[in-house]
Amino acid sequence: MIIFRFELKNYMRTLWIWAISIIALLILFMAFFPVMAEDSQMMDKILENYPEELLKAFGMSEYVPMSTIPGYYAFLFAFVQLCMAVQSAYYGFNFLSVEERERTADFLFSKPVSRRRIFVEKYGAALMALLLTNIALWVGTYISIELFRGANTFEATHILILLASMPLFQLVFFSIGLIVTVFTRKIGSVISYAMGVAFGLYMLNAIRSIVGGKFLGILSPYYYFEPGYILSEGSLNFMWTLLAILIIGLATGIGYKRYVKRNIHAL
Amino acid sequence: MNCIEINQLTKYYSKVKGIEDVSFQVREGEIFGFIGPNGAGKSTTIRTLLGLIFPTSGSATIFGKDCITQGHEIRKDIGYLPSEVFYYEKMKVIDLLKYAGSFYKKDCSKRIYELSEIMELNLNRRIEDLSYGNKKKVGIVQGLLHEPKLIVLDEPTSGLDPLMQQRFFELIKSENKKGASVFFSSHILSEVQHLCNRVAIIKGGHVIQVEDVKTLREDTYKKITLIGESIDLKTFEIEGVTELNKSDHQLDFFYKGDVNLLVNKIQSLELKDILVENPSLEEIFMHYYK
Repeated sequence: MIIFRFELKNYMRTLWIWAISIIALLILFMAFFPVMAEDSQMMDKILENYPEELLKAFGMSEYVPMSTIPGYYAFLFAFVQLCMAVQSAYYGFNFLSVEERERTADFLFSKPVSRRRIFVEKYGAALMALLLTNIALWVGTYISIELFRGANTFEATHILILLASMPLFQLVFFSIGLIVTVFTRKIGSVISYAMGVAFGLYMLNAIRSIVGGKFLGILSPYYYFEPGYILSEGSLNFMWTLLAILIIGLATGIGYKRYVKRNIHAL
Repeated sequence: MNCIEINQLTKYYSKVKGIEDVSFQVREGEIFGFIGPNGAGKSTTIRTLLGLIFPTSGSATIFGKDCITQGHEIRKDIGYLPSEVFYYEKMKVIDLLKYAGSFYKKDCSKRIYELSEIMELNLNRRIEDLSYGNKKKVGIVQGLLHEPKLIVLDEPTSGLDPLMQQRFFELIKSENKKGASVFFSSHILSEVQHLCNRVAIIKGGHVIQVEDVKTLREDTYKKITLIGESIDLKTFEIEGVTELNKSDHQLDFFYKGDVNLLVNKIQSLELKDILVENPSLEEIFMHYYK
């Protein structure tokens, strides 16, 4: 557990920033909900005037109206997903490549630990950090909804199911980072890779919602976990969830296989 | 008893040759030198022994255990100092050393303080604030803090001032006296000459010679310099003479063979001076590199 503890301590240095940002984002967005709900007819009218493509691109109107809690939360959850995607992809690109990039690999790999253990403990620490971020999401969601929901009622279980989908969502992005890392000799700038993947795939899903069709959806994990869909159905889409699990499993398996045989080159 | 056994070890980096058919043994308790120019394959060999890279073919064992499959077992007993040292920049020296020590199932803290004292290392500074030489000291301490049975040094002295180099060599010698074997790679021959019992010479990915340092220096070649008017170059174009050079009134060459034969040749000459020396390891080295 030596490496796990060491890694987790490193994650903790920046984790609180992620946590506060996510809680702040939730409260800030939710603060506008009372206005939306109060004048729902006017709101719906305004939105009607916007081109449908634009609304779809922002994840609105596809399933539930913006003037209800689930509708508004779905809209806001898309932004939370975007943040979480950046964080998860960042961890994914970083956690195996950092030792080589910062040239500390010689130190760690010459210690009496197997590659297997290094992989497992590093993976575990990253997973733990991602799960801890979820606590912020849960807390932020609860606070923000309770603060601003007023007299509005909603189906809480649907929101809980949406929240429960987050770890899988995170792991998909984490896995993308992981698999790219083990097939790349050196990851230069982790943050630009992470932003690229998170925003790029977000755009892809936005395009999909405009042009329609499922093919682009396969390519974008955002589509597997569309908040509007989950909140209106009250369940995850079985096929897409299966695909997500498949991606995570494959990436982890292949990533592990390659990592234990990876050549750590001299500087 | 051998502590390192390397058998036909070959490593290709995709299609570029790193090392090819490298075989040699390091005996327990000796200081073994591994010399060769940059890019000869020294680091490739060492990194394979440590399980940092995986060989294309061949095998290597340390203390009878396979370097690839039992790497983590072996590394309990190895202390490694790479040529370039990098550590977690944000950490304090003492925290890094304690982290390093925590990988070994024994209390290393006493040894950390002893070694830091010897190397005059300030434990409370951050790694990022250290000069290169000081980082190197951190490397030395973290390589020795668990009292390893095998010390692997990859061009260890770069960045250390002469005083610290001296102290470092003393440290290595005393560890060796306590029973540690040392595998020491370098391209600085005087270091090797000074410290090692035996050496392997590697060039272009192949080990071309494994020999006693003494044998290498004493029994092989004599370096001979003759000074005098009208010495004929042709007189010495005989078997055993290499590196024959004439300049003005001076003739020098390496000789390996029956000394009497050479004395007979020299006898008839009118000389001002004669020098018979053991060549430095550098010169022998240059010879092998040709």
